Amino acid sequence: MVSDTSQILVDTATRLFEEQFTAKQRVAAESGQWLDTQWQAVEDMGLPLALVPEEAGGFGLPLVEALDLIRLAGAFAVPLPLAETMLANRILASAGLELPGGPLTLAPVRPDDRLTLSRRDGGWLLSGTAHRVPWGRVAATVVLARCEDPGDDAGQDGQSFAALVPAGQADTAPDVNLAKEPRDSLRFETLLPAESVAPSPGIAPAELHALGAAVRSIAMAGALGRVLAMTTAYANERSQFGRPIGKFQAIQQHLAVLAGQAAAARAAGDIAAEAVAQGGALLPIAAAKLRCGEAAGVAAAIAHQVHGAMGFTHEHSLHFFTKRLWSWRDEFGGEGEWGRLIGREVGRAGADGLWPLVTAA
Amino acid sequence: MDLIAFPPPPDTDVEALRAEVRAFLAEELATRRPQDRSRSWSGFDAEFSRKVGQRGWIGMTWPKRYGGHERSALERYVVLEEMLAAGAPVAAHWFADRQSGPLLLKVGTEEQRRSILPRITAGECFFCIGMSEPDSGSDLAAVRTRAVPVDGGFVVNGTKLWTTYAHHADYMILFCRTGGPDERHGGTSQFLVDLKTPGITIRPIADLAGEHHFNEVVFEDVFLPATSLLGQLGDGWNQVVGELAFERSGPERFLSSFTLLVELVRALGPSPSDHAAAAVGRLTAHLLVLRRLSRSVAGMLQMGENPALQASLVKDLGAIFEQEIPDIARQLVDAEPSQQSTRDFSAVLAHTILNVPSFSLRGGTREILRGIIARGLGLR
Repeated sequence: MVSDTSQILVDTATRLFEEQFTAKQRVAAESGQWLDTQWQAVEDMGLPLALVPEEAGGFGLPLVEALDLIRLAGAFAVPLPLAETMLANRILASAGLELPGGPLTLAPVRPDDRLTLSRRDGGWLLSGTAHRVPWGRVAATVVLARCEDPGDDAGQDGQSFAALVPAGQADTAPDVNLAKEPRDSLRFETLLPAESVAPSPGIAPAELHALGAAVRSIAMAGALGRVLAMTTAYANERSQFGRPIGKFQAIQQHLAVLAGQAAAARAAGDIAAEAVAQGGALLPIAAAKLRCGEAAGVAAAIAHQVHGAMGFTHEHSLHFFTKRLWSWRDEFGGEGEWGRLIGREVGRAGADGLWPLVTAA
Repeated sequence: MDLIAFPPPPDTDVEALRAEVRAFLAEELATRRPQDRSRSWSGFDAEFSRKVGQRGWIGMTWPKRYGGHERSALERYVVLEEMLAAGAPVAAHWFADRQSGPLLLKVGTEEQRRSILPRITAGECFFCIGMSEPDSGSDLAAVRTRAVPVDGGFVVNGTKLWTTYAHHADYMILFCRTGGPDERHGGTSQFLVDLKTPGITIRPIADLAGEHHFNEVVFEDVFLPATSLLGQLGDGWNQVVGELAFERSGPERFLSSFTLLVELVRALGPSPSDHAAAAVGRLTAHLLVLRRLSRSVAGMLQMGENPALQASLVKDLGAIFEQEIPDIARQLVDAEPSQQSTRDFSAVLAHTILNVPSFSLRGGTREILRGIIARGLGLR
């Protein structure tokens, strides 16, 4: 059951998103503009700290409820690195590093990118290239990296360290996803002071990949809820042959399928949020990302079919959501990658272990 | 924003019960072949149902004074899903446990409850559902079977069709007309019918695989005593609609092909190819999500809500999942489907292919469900 604090937070955030994010801001963000006023409003509300413990500035909300803010941001296509900043602050806080404020992002986001830290002059040298880092050009980057010589302050696993790299410290090759959200390549050859690096027990790059998949799943659930609402409203408004197109059974059957996909994505997003809250088990997160990604494709296709040519224009707002869905489903691993992971785990469990695996997940 | 809400399922600790059910099934079904398991909830075994009743796993949520066990909907859910995942032959008690018993609890007289419910929970009294007719399938309100009031009761004439396991059942819940010819929903009622009543003829209808689950049940001047009226005269439509939420959201709506998924995993072995792993992984992901949606509906039922819309969504998504499993399995394993095969995969594949068409027909066709969903979205 949702706590009162959480409900107040969701209501307040909904009002903020409604006021701050209209088509005008989304178009500006698509053209490459950084929405500083909007970011300040989001930061003033404390949303970037929603996933950190209360003593580090968080709301003290259950994690599942705090993660619901990411679903809300997805439902408004918030063109800011809010989910990334929330997650990055959580990683910094758990590593005992200072939270710098401002927009943050995470690296690496691609499973084949390797970043390394080595000791240099009492501090650290960070080396390597991270591709398609969300908002890498504007945000400070929280990097998870292998340490080549962990020394005395090695964490429990002695391997993974978190480092905070201020914005502008990397050689940046800008790029964007289909929704024109920045997805930049950052090449690091960067000296960092000792106080910016700390062991990051429990979160190695592989866990970061899964956390990213979880937050994209949750955001997709939000965007799919919006797409369903927009498409239903359009079917009731748009008239052809003398009646709203939503009166035609052919359209109704489409919308029922869309509703099923939105419901499945919502349930999958909830599964991902609970998995993150309970320590980040891989199987449910993998299932959630796969299911949301599949729902995204089916739902976007139906939404565009029902919206007709109107929804194919840049002027109509539908594309802000569908382009995000088409991008997010492949970020932090698409259906193929996560499906193989689940399938291999099922193979190991064996035929008679399949059902116990399902009920334990 | 949430046009259709699915609240998180209640967080009930059910693992001890789950282990108990698994141990029971491991023993009872030790020699049950995969092709028999693949019958899923069509498998009928009165002796098995009696043992399930002895364990206290029929009518689990019902009051103790009627032989029930006053356990939670989620505990009942665990028993159901474990039975289905293991391919247990649950059909004998299934319909009474799922809908006839809850209907009696809701609208039955004290006498009806006391005389029937304890026998259901003991696994000794079986039900069938008398809804469809030759000219009334999706259009349930078009039923023609009619009960005419006479001195001391009613006389029924008409024909019910697709009545699963009527030939083994003790009672039917009959849905029929009792009102005038121009009344539609308002002129219907439900009756508790003892199938031994004179004038009832039960004839088998073979399905496309040649198997006998369905029946035609003909009523010829069948006298039903007034005490057999179930609920209010003329309230049949509302009662039936309430029943459907129970009928459409359970684990049987996505686990009907589960045995084939199990045999697929077995055939692929411990190290499937990337392609096969991705396909099996995808099905597993769908299963996890369907299970959550279905458990969410169980939670809503427990809270006394009416999740008819959510139940329709679960059934629609579940049928797609159940129906795509054979198509995916046959692309990953080279085997011809054969009911006679000694190879488990081939035999289970055959049985599943021959049964999947019914998954989007029984309990409400895909098109009817989607119409309900569309109406729930506010589209008509």
